[in-house]
Amino acid sequence: MMFTDEPVAGAPLPILPGHSSPGRLERVLRTGAFAVTSELAPPDSADPEDVYKRARIFDGIADAINATDGSGANCHMSSVAVCALLARVGYAPVMQISCRDKNRIAIQGDILGAAAMGVTNMLCLTGDGVQAGDHPQAKPVFDLDAMSLLEIAVGLRDKLTFQSGRKITTAPKVFFGAAENPNALPLEHRALRLAKKVEAGAQFIQTQYCYDIPLLKRFMGLVDDLGLLGKVHILIGVGPVRSAKAGDWMRTNVPGIHIPDSVIARLAGAKDQALEGRNLCVDLIQEIKTIKGVSGVHVMAFKQEESVAEIIDRSGVLGGRIPWYPTRDTHTSDRNPS
Amino acid sequence: MYSVRLWSVRHSKGLARFYAGFESCLVKLAPLWRAIGYERAERPVAAVERMVKKVLFDCKMCGQCVLSSTGMSCPMNCPKQLRNGPCGGVRANGHCEVKPEMRCVWVEGFRGAERIPDGLAKIRVVQHAVDRRLEGTSSWLRVVREKTVKPS
Repeated sequence: MMFTDEPVAGAPLPILPGHSSPGRLERVLRTGAFAVTSELAPPDSADPEDVYKRARIFDGIADAINATDGSGANCHMSSVAVCALLARVGYAPVMQISCRDKNRIAIQGDILGAAAMGVTNMLCLTGDGVQAGDHPQAKPVFDLDAMSLLEIAVGLRDKLTFQSGRKITTAPKVFFGAAENPNALPLEHRALRLAKKVEAGAQFIQTQYCYDIPLLKRFMGLVDDLGLLGKVHILIGVGPVRSAKAGDWMRTNVPGIHIPDSVIARLAGAKDQALEGRNLCVDLIQEIKTIKGVSGVHVMAFKQEESVAEIIDRSGVLGGRIPWYPTRDTHTSDRNPS
Repeated sequence: MYSVRLWSVRHSKGLARFYAGFESCLVKLAPLWRAIGYERAERPVAAVERMVKKVLFDCKMCGQCVLSSTGMSCPMNCPKQLRNGPCGGVRANGHCEVKPEMRCVWVEGFRGAERIPDGLAKIRVVQHAVDRRLEGTSSWLRVVREKTVKPS
């Protein structure tokens, strides 16, 4: 998709009437195109090139790239820095903000600072507990939860005030999102929780991995019943599973991940399990695209990021659209073998 | 105590009704609190509140009680102190991601809310960020003050 006013790398797009941000993700979603976002694992390094290398993997297939904020409570380069580096060259990062490591003073400062550096999308998360990561001896903060964080973030943008009530002079022009897990208990109330997030100001949602289509359909039905479709853009989390064993390990050891037995069996029965994992991901994406109310997919392929391009190409969900990336308009031929 | 806390959620309907009555008594006693002085009443009332709510709910005395909106399951027992619903890490058996031996405070909270007539409507209301300065103070007296002080 080409906008008539495509950016010079790093320079913001004009904000269209009714839009919150100058970012491309909001534009793509608001035009009704099926959006693709993916996730970059921030490096354990201070080299910016490590960030760019990881981002280039998604060139031409992702409308936005999430930068995780100490995901799994493991220490990495900060999401603020990753996103600032990405925004500098024109990528559309989604800055994840977790409540685990910072209080409201630090978080509000980060929102202003990141917006000043060109970050236009932010995802408000609760965050994993410290026990899950490589620094279990750390102090968990959780001054806010995802919901109160959203309220405060939206207050900065729309009311030009800090949570304290003190005024700011320039609002962060940000498209704010939140997460949801349609697979976790209490299943029948997950949609209601999403409704709360929308009320608190979430404009887009990225979900946890969804491998169970009937469960997802039920969840989306409940979301529809609550009148939320049209009020929020929902991107469903998907990802390739490397093998039946890896899938079984994930569902047993990573809280919040649900993989049905039928999926594990399908992988176990395949000769090339990694290929079957990608096939499954393609099938899931195609099926998810047909579910009412779904605006896109969020592809999380931890340590298999190179496979995302193939999966998205094969799924055909972009329909020939090539999301912008820094060198797209000079070498479109690299990623679009017509 | 954990088992009493679970009992309280199972009896959320009765407790919610009892609290509604209790709160209106407290509010009616407003002249008494004013005569004693809220500052002077604070310590003894907070001590009683702490004792009662500690037993029933494992209360953490956040000073801004939302039990009526959380199905009588105290959200400050959540290791992440979530006041707006469960995180995405709830285990398949309904237990906590951080403390696997404990049932998720919010899975319990929703059960409790289902038992209270307007419980689900209340649990849907977004709870604002906690004011950490109120920790250790009496929620009861705060409610009385809020309900009796006329807006100027």
